[in-house]
Amino acid sequence: MRKFKISILTAIAITGTLFTSCSNDDDAAPVPVNEEEVITTITVTLTPNGGGTAVTLQSRDLDGDGPNAPVVTVSGNLVANTTYNGAIVLLNETEDPAENVTEEVEEEDDEHQFFYTIGGGLDLTTTYTNFDGNNNPLGTTFDAAAGAAGTGTITFTLRHEPTKPNTGLANAGGSTDIEVTFDVTIQ
Amino acid sequence: MRTYLFMLMLFSAMVMQSQNCNYTLSGKVIDLHDDSVLPGATLIIAGLEKISQSDINGNYTFSNLCEGNYTIQVSHPNCATQAFKVKVKGNIQKTFRLEHHLEELNAITLNASVYGSKTKTNFEQKITEQQLDRYSSASFGDVLNTLSGVSSLNTGNAVVKPIINGLHSSRVVVMNNGVRMEDQEWGAEHAPSIDVNAIGNITLIKGAGALKYSGDAIGGIIVTEASKIPVKDTIYGKTHVTAATNGRGGNITSSLTKSYVNGWYGSIQGNLKRFGDYEAPDYVLSNTGVFERSISARIGINRFDYGLEAYYSFFKNEIGILRASHVGNAGDLVRAINSGFPIVVRDFTYDINAPKQDVTHHLFKVRAFKNFKNFGKITLQYDFQQNERLEFDVRRNSEDDDRAAVDLALSSQTIRLDLETDNTKLYNLKTGIMAQYQKNVADPSTGVRRLIPDYERYNFGIYGIADFSITDNFLVEVGGRFDYFNIDAQKFYRSSFWQNRNYDILFPELVVEDLGTQVLTNPKLDYSNVSATLGARYTLNENYKIFANYSMASRAPNPSELFSEGLHHSASRIELGDLRFDSEIAHKMSITLQKQGSIFGFSVNPYINFINDFILIEPTGDNQTNRGIFPVWEYRQTDATLVGVDIDASVTLNEYFNFYHQFSLVKGYDEKLDIPLINMPPVNTMNGLVYQNKKLKNLRIELQSEYTFAQNEYPDNDFQSFIPELDSEETVRISEPPSAYHLLHLHTNVDFSLSKKSTLHLGLSMTNIFDTNYRNYLNRLRYYADDLGRNFLLNLKFTY
Repeated sequence: MRKFKISILTAIAITGTLFTSCSNDDDAAPVPVNEEEVITTITVTLTPNGGGTAVTLQSRDLDGDGPNAPVVTVSGNLVANTTYNGAIVLLNETEDPAENVTEEVEEEDDEHQFFYTIGGGLDLTTTYTNFDGNNNPLGTTFDAAAGAAGTGTITFTLRHEPTKPNTGLANAGGSTDIEVTFDVTIQ
Repeated sequence: MRTYLFMLMLFSAMVMQSQNCNYTLSGKVIDLHDDSVLPGATLIIAGLEKISQSDINGNYTFSNLCEGNYTIQVSHPNCATQAFKVKVKGNIQKTFRLEHHLEELNAITLNASVYGSKTKTNFEQKITEQQLDRYSSASFGDVLNTLSGVSSLNTGNAVVKPIINGLHSSRVVVMNNGVRMEDQEWGAEHAPSIDVNAIGNITLIKGAGALKYSGDAIGGIIVTEASKIPVKDTIYGKTHVTAATNGRGGNITSSLTKSYVNGWYGSIQGNLKRFGDYEAPDYVLSNTGVFERSISARIGINRFDYGLEAYYSFFKNEIGILRASHVGNAGDLVRAINSGFPIVVRDFTYDINAPKQDVTHHLFKVRAFKNFKNFGKITLQYDFQQNERLEFDVRRNSEDDDRAAVDLALSSQTIRLDLETDNTKLYNLKTGIMAQYQKNVADPSTGVRRLIPDYERYNFGIYGIADFSITDNFLVEVGGRFDYFNIDAQKFYRSSFWQNRNYDILFPELVVEDLGTQVLTNPKLDYSNVSATLGARYTLNENYKIFANYSMASRAPNPSELFSEGLHHSASRIELGDLRFDSEIAHKMSITLQKQGSIFGFSVNPYINFINDFILIEPTGDNQTNRGIFPVWEYRQTDATLVGVDIDASVTLNEYFNFYHQFSLVKGYDEKLDIPLINMPPVNTMNGLVYQNKKLKNLRIELQSEYTFAQNEYPDNDFQSFIPELDSEETVRISEPPSAYHLLHLHTNVDFSLSKKSTLHLGLSMTNIFDTNYRNYLNRLRYYADDLGRNFLLNLKFTY
């Protein structure tokens, strides 16, 4: 019994010292975390099929979820009755060098899909030009055919883990990784 | 002449008095630890050999005593016999306190509700070990939910946070086995890290009256205690197995206790709980499995005049969060709300994938006490806690799903010294001091900005509580407490936020390093908080008692209220804290009328709580990001009023039938904006009919009805969001509470005696009998899916 008592007291004493020694931590400054999940920049380049000036649509939000709104730029107007080859590049510019997120999306093509939504009566028709392993659309590249002159919007939506195949955003499900709307003019 | 006559009369009266042997000595025999009454104690007056026995209420009486000094020997089957010296001069009342050890095997339940043990003038509610046994596979929050005035803030069905009289999170203090739980309780989706099977009983104190434990429990204090271990040579144990259809899993828990007559004891307990996806009436709630493991051990010596105990517990819980609740932006939320059906429903599985939580809690304590005669008890306690919280999110790159998005480790060490006098001359003074050091470390390897920054916190507290019996029936209690907090944080702010908030002008001195897009700052914050309580208990007669209590509580803002700054994925909103917050101060007044009786008993408890500088979070606008629109919710301080009433009643209909009723109502208002507070529990009532037959294997059948009204008062936080595929602005309807619902449950159990020492308790329950579809206003995932469907539960408990 006595031995038992002593051993318990020793155990308590040892654990006690262990805990006190744990608390003597150094006061080094913490390491900053660069948000890896954020997509700061989406750039859509529309190159005319028969040559000519490419139109660039960009939304750049360097503070991510911070208070500053994305800076949206559209380099110019689309030309009526012209077909454009579209390519989407996603970047995380909070990392140095910037991380190319498009590559990541293309690697996991069966878990992602881009959607192009035309609004405000813009006469623009889009078709997917790249597909995942199951031949379902991925959409980091596409064709856009501009019709009659007019103004409207185009929204690019990237869904993570959508239901594939689907007939559009309405039944795609999944969660939204990108949703950016650009004001576009066709002249 | 007149004077002479008077003097003669006086003199003769004195003579007569000295010859009077008609005095009575009466009073109660109670437990030294918790003031519970001890029936069946034998009291013998040494020399006279007069004998008395305490009745069911602990009362004893000796009559026909002469004036003089007596020695009274008090013995009780579960206590060490003790002798007390009493001076009899006139009829006197004397309370004897014995060191009592509840017989653990086949635990005796104290039917007679006892005097408050934690405070004397707050009405307290208790959950006994027997009641706990019926909830072996439930969560700690579910058990508390059975009390009136308690509801829960849920995230799905496994993360259950208690709400007391409308308040939760940092406003509710959980004292686990004498240790204040430091388990990141500030978060709405952080459940208490406690295994129901590791505790012996739970006491609930609504309000901050128990200043011994803390001064900041604006909502209330939940006190759990380990089972008492008898001082005798014995070994006993218990194994409890539960199997349930909903979730297709179960729970196994086992405990073993050995004790010696010399006071030494040791006890070990373990628990394993595993469930797969739970099911709503119409679909599988994908990714809602649970895997909980816990073990606890204690060893110590318990003597009348001293004791020492070491306790360790380990708790690990892995909880899947409904997959359908992971949304990307406001548009996704609109789709989820409008569809009325979860966006992800998969086949049943036991796998738990992202999003999920993985929480580990270690608790170690050593406690020593010494009793001093005619003075009281001094207790010294040291505890260490380590709470590790991992939260996994669905990440863009699925290879990252195994990498936590939140990785926080909170360690706390507390030392406390308490003195509890049991001498009425010292006004039953309870006093003590405590000091705490806490450190939070957020692992940067998550690749996600820290939700809670690295910080160190020091807390120093001192308190004193005393009570005075003005008459036998009237007791007054007064207490005060002072706490000092110092927080030293290292927080990275987004530069844009730092400037947007004007912090760059207000607090330029806090900046340690400017990293371009982020600034590293070193906020050092101090809070000095005063808390106080004043209460009274009046015993009208044997049956009726009135408790009245006023308490003032002060709570320092928690890390999430101070430092939040960014997207809170699980809430799909941007949350912003404020460095400039002061402590919130609550003034709560409550009155309880209690009637105890063998046929009819009730308690009615109205209360009002005025909270100055109440910290709440509310929507203030929205933020456009590349991911779409997110509502911005900012913490703000306002003045709030909460008012409500809790009612309990029970009627014994006859030898076999008993009916009980519970009703809780609470209303909360933001006084500055004159709007209702968010997440106030809707009115609810619970009613039950119990049939119990002690002759028929202790058969017990309980039919329970639970009715929850729709919350009719809520703030309108709906907002607009552009939905591209609809080419229009849509309202995101996040405010409207779900409709009322009614659930019926059935619980049955019987006891079989297997041998002299072992008993088998067999229980069968059915919850949500009619497989009712419902959604709960206080479930944060109510937008995404229905709540649980029907469930059959089988319970087997062996005591040996």
